[in-house]
Amino acid sequence: MSQIQNVSRRRFLKGAFGAGALILAVRYLPPVLMHGHATGGQTDADRAALHPNLFVGIQQDGTVYIVAHRSEMGTTIRTSLPLVLADELDADWNRVKINQAIGDKRYGDQNTDGSHSIRSFFDTLRECGAAARWMLIAVAAKRWHAPASECSTELHTVVHQASGRRLGYGELAAEAARLTVPKKEQLLLKEPSEWRYIGKGMTSVDLANLCTGKAMYGMDARMDGMVYASIEHPPVFGGKIKSLDEQEALKVVGVHQTVTIDPFKPPAAFQPLGGVAVIADSTWAAFQARKKLKIVWDNGPNESYDSVEYKKELKETAHKPGKLIRSVGDSAKDFPTGKNVFEADYYVPLLAHAPMEPMVALAEFKDGKVTAWAPTQNPQAAQAIVSSELGIPVEAVVCHVTLLGGGFGRKSKPDYVAEAAVLSKKLGRPVKVVWTREDDVKFDYYNAVAAMYMKAAVDDRGKPTAWLQRSVFPPITSIFDVNAVYGDPPHLAQGWTDLPYDLPSIRIENGPAQAHVRIGWLRSVANIYHAFAIQGFTDELAHRANRDPVEYVLDLIGPARTLDFTNVQYPNYGADYNTYPWETGRLRNVIEMVADKSGWAKNKSKKGHGFGFAAHRSFLTYVATVVEVEVSDDGEIRIPRVDMAVDAGLVVNPEATRAQFEGAAVFGTSIVRSGEITAKNGVIQQSNFNDYPVARINEVPAQTNVYITESSAPPAGVGEPGVPPFVAAFCNAIFTATGKRVRDLPLSSNNLFG
Amino acid sequence: MVKLKVNGIDRSFDGDPGMPLLWYVRDILGLTGTKFGCGIALCGACTIHKNGEAIRSCVTTMSAAAGSDIRTIEDLGAHGLHPVQEAWMQVNVPQCGYCQSGQIMQAVSLLKSNPHPADQEIDDAMAGNICRCGTYQRIRKAIKLAAGKIT
Repeated sequence: MSQIQNVSRRRFLKGAFGAGALILAVRYLPPVLMHGHATGGQTDADRAALHPNLFVGIQQDGTVYIVAHRSEMGTTIRTSLPLVLADELDADWNRVKINQAIGDKRYGDQNTDGSHSIRSFFDTLRECGAAARWMLIAVAAKRWHAPASECSTELHTVVHQASGRRLGYGELAAEAARLTVPKKEQLLLKEPSEWRYIGKGMTSVDLANLCTGKAMYGMDARMDGMVYASIEHPPVFGGKIKSLDEQEALKVVGVHQTVTIDPFKPPAAFQPLGGVAVIADSTWAAFQARKKLKIVWDNGPNESYDSVEYKKELKETAHKPGKLIRSVGDSAKDFPTGKNVFEADYYVPLLAHAPMEPMVALAEFKDGKVTAWAPTQNPQAAQAIVSSELGIPVEAVVCHVTLLGGGFGRKSKPDYVAEAAVLSKKLGRPVKVVWTREDDVKFDYYNAVAAMYMKAAVDDRGKPTAWLQRSVFPPITSIFDVNAVYGDPPHLAQGWTDLPYDLPSIRIENGPAQAHVRIGWLRSVANIYHAFAIQGFTDELAHRANRDPVEYVLDLIGPARTLDFTNVQYPNYGADYNTYPWETGRLRNVIEMVADKSGWAKNKSKKGHGFGFAAHRSFLTYVATVVEVEVSDDGEIRIPRVDMAVDAGLVVNPEATRAQFEGAAVFGTSIVRSGEITAKNGVIQQSNFNDYPVARINEVPAQTNVYITESSAPPAGVGEPGVPPFVAAFCNAIFTATGKRVRDLPLSSNNLFG
Repeated sequence: MVKLKVNGIDRSFDGDPGMPLLWYVRDILGLTGTKFGCGIALCGACTIHKNGEAIRSCVTTMSAAAGSDIRTIEDLGAHGLHPVQEAWMQVNVPQCGYCQSGQIMQAVSLLKSNPHPADQEIDDAMAGNICRCGTYQRIRKAIKLAAGKIT
């Protein structure tokens, strides 16, 4: 039976797949539902002598199995979340083994995106650990004929202080399994001062494997009798095959056959794109033969998509009145006119994820069931799409989760897993689908292209008296609803609806945009373009007023308070607003902290050497960033130093958290320098790291300092919040060094530097 | 028939001599530590050693590898961790880790030819190896740490 139950689906969920981050709350269930061995025996934890709940099992030799139900793509979540359970269990981490969960709704949400793994499961895993500890103590107390209240634990051992008696967890496990699992109310959770691991952290359980080539990614999965498949997708989104000549392809040594995959039925969601798969006995043979396919395509209506024209359209739309998202004060009145009114257009193009491991999946269809091995952020979505594509029950799909060679949101969309399953069913043997880098770049679910129109009327100190911001971008919801053209509340809430400024008149709008490619979540998502526009425009206003950007932003944010979203659709990343309110005081704190740590007051910009600043809340975490740049006369940009101050609430694993923010600076560097996907005649123009460059070691910050605030607030996100303020601060720094305002990304195509 | 040595073992291959070494070590030998990232020598995930030098196995054909001594990440730590691997662990370099076999093989090659590289030399040597997670700062640190250990 299920121990963990989904208790609330957010209202913004639409259909089978969510429009925003898929977030399901979980809670501890009554013991009657928790006890017993009827968990299917999928993990070592399930099969252990004592397994009071889905997430932990204890063997008689003292081995503790903890289930990692989230996907590891580099955030160390496979370590950090089990560590929370281990702490409450008071387990010796050296005796803990991690079981990676398959996709299974019993675990609750498994979509490892939205920077919410710790936030959503912190309490649950603490309770799961505490329940096991309670049972071990109860058994020891019974054996010693001592009250449980006199017994405690010390690292894998139950201790009776008064008599000095001790019993190891392994010795107690079998007998403890006969007890009723305690109710949540009976549990004694540790005080934070007693935490052994939480807040201190631990290196990745995979560290040695990651440094020795032993780590197993989706790309490394193998099955006896498997064949390799490389798929030629329709070059234009929604295209279909008109004719196919496979003769030359079939002549390649090692090639078995080709298989046609049907085009998707709109909306695309996570269905395969369709196309022609070449089946071969090696990856190389499949790649080579694919180049020899002769296919004539019916490109369909998206053939007219041209990203240059589209950019113009977005900007035009952004200049027309849009849908009102939020209004403060008398914003319905005509906007002031005159010389104290400023406006600016900001633009961010489509962005590709380009994780180092291209899409890949291995699947075997046999006896009406599918077994898949995939680097997926979302194994339950993989089960769902395989189930619907093959017409088999969800329960007939077992999705094993390998390590992910990067994800950044791309691997939340399991179209590639479905491809492997569809092919395996057609071929009657295991199939490994391997995407090339070109496939990855050309057939992504791109971060939306976005145009932002910004307008402010200012007083004689340069402070806005009226503020208008209007964004236009093809929404992610378009992959689930072909008619969706407006931003949906969860993505508008990503740094747009929640402008934290204390101004007399604010008008926040959104305009329509039709998607011509698949749009999807990418690390930080809509926050990237929203923060870029707001923090860039704010910086412009500060400089126009000859005011210090940090002082100016603090003035606009105003006093410490909780933002009031009464009558405003503000999903708050799926989190309860009372638990995770938007507190301007916390943003102020990180701003003051980063100003202090970076030496902001004494760092004076001059020609060719500048400092830029930005601050932003996303995924419930508050971040302020200072970027130092050097720009040579010929426009070459160096980033000597980055400082980031972070309030992510309680931080379980500080070292892993620092690494996430260091990485965010690099991810942001790629976006600013060269991140751009374009289309002509509906075909994506980029293909590999030559024309979709990502930052290399000689282009990234030489030094990124991450300062994590001490906080007792509940844990928030760390994977994504570093990117948006970095992008804006980097561009603001370029302005102070060169006098050139970056409003169009990326630098590689905006002609700012000739 | 292509003959070569992989991780100290003599091998022969009678398939397509135009096949890159990458797919030979991965698909045929099952040495999956070497990674496919781009296929055209732009990312360095496939970096291995050929006669002691770092090369991109995704563009090195089997015929070009004939007669050579090939070493992959599996061999590097076969007899205890290499100092570069130790440094990688000490500095906690990897995030997703997918590029790190290539990064490590490149760094080992760098330190062999230049035991005490300056920052600029590290950047120059490592600029062909992409890490999308952005672990570059730690890669630099680990290389310096390993440089101290090796001598």
